[in-house]
Amino acid sequence: MRIPRDAVLPSLFAVVLAMGVLLPLMMTLTISLNPNEQDIMVSMGSVRSFIPQVFSPQNYIEVWTDPVHPFVRYLANTALITFSTLALSILFNSMAAFVLAQGTLPIRKPVMILILATLAVPGESLVLPQLMMAGWAGIVDSYEVQIMPGVANAMSIFLFFQFFSRLPKELIEAAHIDGFSFFQIYRYVAMPLSKPVISAIAVLQFLEIWNAYLWPVMVTRGPEYRPLSVAMSAYFGTNQAAWGNIMAFAVSMAIPVILFFLILQRQFIASVMSSGVKG
Amino acid sequence: MLLPALIFITALIIGPFLLSVWFSFTDQRLVPRPIPTKFIGTTNYARMFADPLFWQAIWNTVFFAVIVTPVQLSMSLGAALILNSAVPFRGFFRSVAILPLLLPMTVIVSIWAVLFRIPSGPFNAVYQWFAGQGNYVDFLGNPSVAMLSIVALSAWATFPYQMLIYLAGLQEIPQDLYEAAKLDGAKAWHRFRYVTWPGLRNVNVFLLIITTVGALKLFTQVDILTKGGPNGATTTIIHYLFKQGYANQKVGYASAVAVFFFLAVTAIALFQRRVFKNEGEA
Repeated sequence: MRIPRDAVLPSLFAVVLAMGVLLPLMMTLTISLNPNEQDIMVSMGSVRSFIPQVFSPQNYIEVWTDPVHPFVRYLANTALITFSTLALSILFNSMAAFVLAQGTLPIRKPVMILILATLAVPGESLVLPQLMMAGWAGIVDSYEVQIMPGVANAMSIFLFFQFFSRLPKELIEAAHIDGFSFFQIYRYVAMPLSKPVISAIAVLQFLEIWNAYLWPVMVTRGPEYRPLSVAMSAYFGTNQAAWGNIMAFAVSMAIPVILFFLILQRQFIASVMSSGVKG
Repeated sequence: MLLPALIFITALIIGPFLLSVWFSFTDQRLVPRPIPTKFIGTTNYARMFADPLFWQAIWNTVFFAVIVTPVQLSMSLGAALILNSAVPFRGFFRSVAILPLLLPMTVIVSIWAVLFRIPSGPFNAVYQWFAGQGNYVDFLGNPSVAMLSIVALSAWATFPYQMLIYLAGLQEIPQDLYEAAKLDGAKAWHRFRYVTWPGLRNVNVFLLIITTVGALKLFTQVDILTKGGPNGATTTIIHYLFKQGYANQKVGYASAVAVFFFLAVTAIALFQRRVFKNEGEA
């Protein structure tokens, strides 16, 4: 392949960029495939630690079958929490946004302003009162307590609101004349049209919930409800000597996210480009 | 139809927000004690402003934000410029550059823990190449280096997000401007300085604000890697809040920190918006 003259320098930089990202990941994979801890320590930092010399599934088997840190349970917890949050958040927030954008309620404007004002409050400054409330409700260490905060999401209401307020008036009126109720217009007209917004919100919230750390640290007490992110740090803290296993844990945790990304690659890039939810 | 979302927002954002303002004026504990909680006025705030560790946490957080924001934004802009030019295999490079954004922070932290290892992790192997055998840098244990190590890790971990937004911004700059500049004989640097950079003004203001606000919330990396140490060198505001409110169970005191944090973040975001919006218009 011939590279045009102006592209030589950018191509070089692109290779440097790719190496900067890939080298640490190559190292992770290499260490995770090496069952010999001593060899890992000896070769650490040398070229051998970046190119797999052996391909052993042993570390993976150990991680997945560890009785103290039940990986499969953590994975199931994380998946359950993430998908429940996404489903409830998309359902409730789209309904609310539809009322605010297309309804006739007189207090729509103040409600919308109130919702937008909550965007200014960083979630981190709310964790303590939320924890107190969870304690009063008796739901500390449960799935609910990890699902609920993600459902209260003003950004998701805002993104749906923007989309719904741009729906053509004729479309809504036509559906109304055909005898659709307000809810039916939402369900059968607005929602089927909003696939791009749904996938944008789904992608951004997926990353946010899958990677959540501060809140789950505070509200989970043991493996029963603990998600992967907290388990990873606990595992990391207690098995500092077992780098092979830690890296196998890391790879196992990263793969579902990368798969999710590969499936939704186009929507993913479009949604990050068009919004601005994650810091 | 409006009700479910409204209940969630009220119960989980507005309610806790008002509660934390109330708690900040009381001696509320995490686990209730036999003695009832009482109103103690501004004692928590006075104590907070008198605690040297609180000031250190502020200094560390500001230091982190002031360094990581320009570092990360220039990395992101550089990567976006590269991936917006006519490089071969552009799709492949783009997918690779996005990878760090997809990796959970806890995973990235454990990978970087290996990179930072002493005495012979990969970074130290490179260092020894220059400094000679037996020398090494204690990336996480040396108080004057620890926060910079967290900066490097954090910039690597999240730069693809800003990169994607820069890419979107670059694609909105009309191509004819570049054509015209080329016809006028503008060199690459001049095209960047007079076409690209002004064209990215709004993107820059937006990214500056969200990157700064994101940086001020630094917690996960620090909690896992250094626990705020060594000697408080990486204690951030959120880590301080977490320590005081959760580990030490002083919810009232930590709520004062939370209220302060909310006010500071809002003020900084509004300030940046004002300054940079006006500068561009003048």
